[in-house]
Amino acid sequence: MSKERIQISEDLYDIMPSDYQDLVKSATYGKEDRGWKDIGTSKELIEQHSLCAGCPESMAFRYILASLPNPEDTVMVGSTGCTSLVFPMVAVHNIHSLFGNQNAVASGLKRALSVRFPDRVKDVVVLAGDGATVDIGLDMTLQAWFRQEKFTTICFDNELYANTGGQESGLMQKGFVAKMAPVGKLFDKVRLPEIARESGCHYVVNCTVSKPSLVEKVIRNAVHVAREIGPTYLQLYTPCILEIGKNSMEGLQEMRDSEKPTERFAYKEFVSEPAKQLLAELAAKDKERKAAAKQLAGKA
Amino acid sequence: MSTYRVLPGPEHFLPPAAASMGIRLPNPGEAHINGAIVSEDQAYEEAARQFLMAKVPTIFPGPLVLWAWNEKAAKKATAIRHLFNTMKECAQPGQKPMLIPMPDYRPKYPKINPEVEINPNHPNLTIWHNKIDCCMFIGVHCHQANLSLKIIRGGTSCYTVAMCAQAGHEDAMLSFRDASVEKIMKLAETIKRLKGTVELRSNSAKG
Repeated sequence: MSKERIQISEDLYDIMPSDYQDLVKSATYGKEDRGWKDIGTSKELIEQHSLCAGCPESMAFRYILASLPNPEDTVMVGSTGCTSLVFPMVAVHNIHSLFGNQNAVASGLKRALSVRFPDRVKDVVVLAGDGATVDIGLDMTLQAWFRQEKFTTICFDNELYANTGGQESGLMQKGFVAKMAPVGKLFDKVRLPEIARESGCHYVVNCTVSKPSLVEKVIRNAVHVAREIGPTYLQLYTPCILEIGKNSMEGLQEMRDSEKPTERFAYKEFVSEPAKQLLAELAAKDKERKAAAKQLAGKA
Repeated sequence: MSTYRVLPGPEHFLPPAAASMGIRLPNPGEAHINGAIVSEDQAYEEAARQFLMAKVPTIFPGPLVLWAWNEKAAKKATAIRHLFNTMKECAQPGQKPMLIPMPDYRPKYPKINPEVEINPNHPNLTIWHNKIDCCMFIGVHCHQANLSLKIIRGGTSCYTVAMCAQAGHEDAMLSFRDASVEKIMKLAETIKRLKGTVELRSNSAKG
């Protein structure tokens, strides 16, 4: 879908609810250097979300949607979980898959889009929770990586099954006691970033969403690498404040505490050689473009 | 031939799909009223009468016409606006025509604003809130229109008209098929022609 086709019929413009009018007037579709700094000045691609007050996942959603390099030609694939409550409010094409099936659905989708639109860049981004990515859907996740499917997988890691009351998940830290896991986790958190690297992902990052600039950078990198080279994986810590006994204002601090160098969400990045080369090329082009824009602005 | 008739509800919580009750779709050049196949001309007259009779006659344009996908969609939008303006011109005292969009089909959280839009997953909210007693769907994808029409028949007494661009809708009380700009304009003309010949309905929508 090109953004030029997303236009409201002139004769019915006045009856359209304002959120649709705003999307057409001031959303950042097609803007080359869109990013999290557009939040507050442009129409966001997420309307009111239905997550809990202060949920870090809602921050992550906003940063990701603001950072997608090509939202009008992106299809997001979701799965069961808190994220599936948000997708109906998102102005990017999206598909809800069966629990755990998201990477299989995305594989078919990406291939179909490549056949249907050979001359167009079409990005596919999977966004699912840790249950869908690591437990129920691990088979589909890994197989997509083994096959070198060209899409990005984002895991919102809240370290448990949040919206069903707090059951143990593979990404839960060892020893953690949750409401529905009273014995405490007996084994270590699954090291999915390392597994992703070994499974063929070309760009892997493990971090929190406390820093919007960082989220923007990793999203853009992951999408670009997936588009040109092969699978990419982002594991973003989005703590469930309700399930870990925090207040709505404490999500940010929880993420900051968890990203310290010795903690489990200390920034971790794996980049393959071809991906490194591509990112260097993109950075050089970006620098060139910005310098030219600056020069033009100076002349004006 | 089926004896079942597609009538204003409230029918019950889960009204049967009219197709499962033996109601069939009209052939080209035909329409149906309450499930009985009639000529298109008859349907224009009846639809116009229903609009003129209703206290809150309403058009629900869907995404296929709200968004200017192509020239045809934009032209249909212009025709819909003309139809709405005609309804307003022909309105009797106590009548309040409305034009409420169905911009998309997603279930909206925490809730829709029934004053400004209708959603196919709970169209009854908009109908109850605005006391709509006659409505017309146009530019709504068939599967979503069928869903809405059934919910409306189940939970409200609203009279439903479908101006369908495909083969029509069994679940509407009156359905045209192969909707075009010409057909919308003809409906507007019929409303104009019948103005003053129809009395306003005395009771409004129950739900």
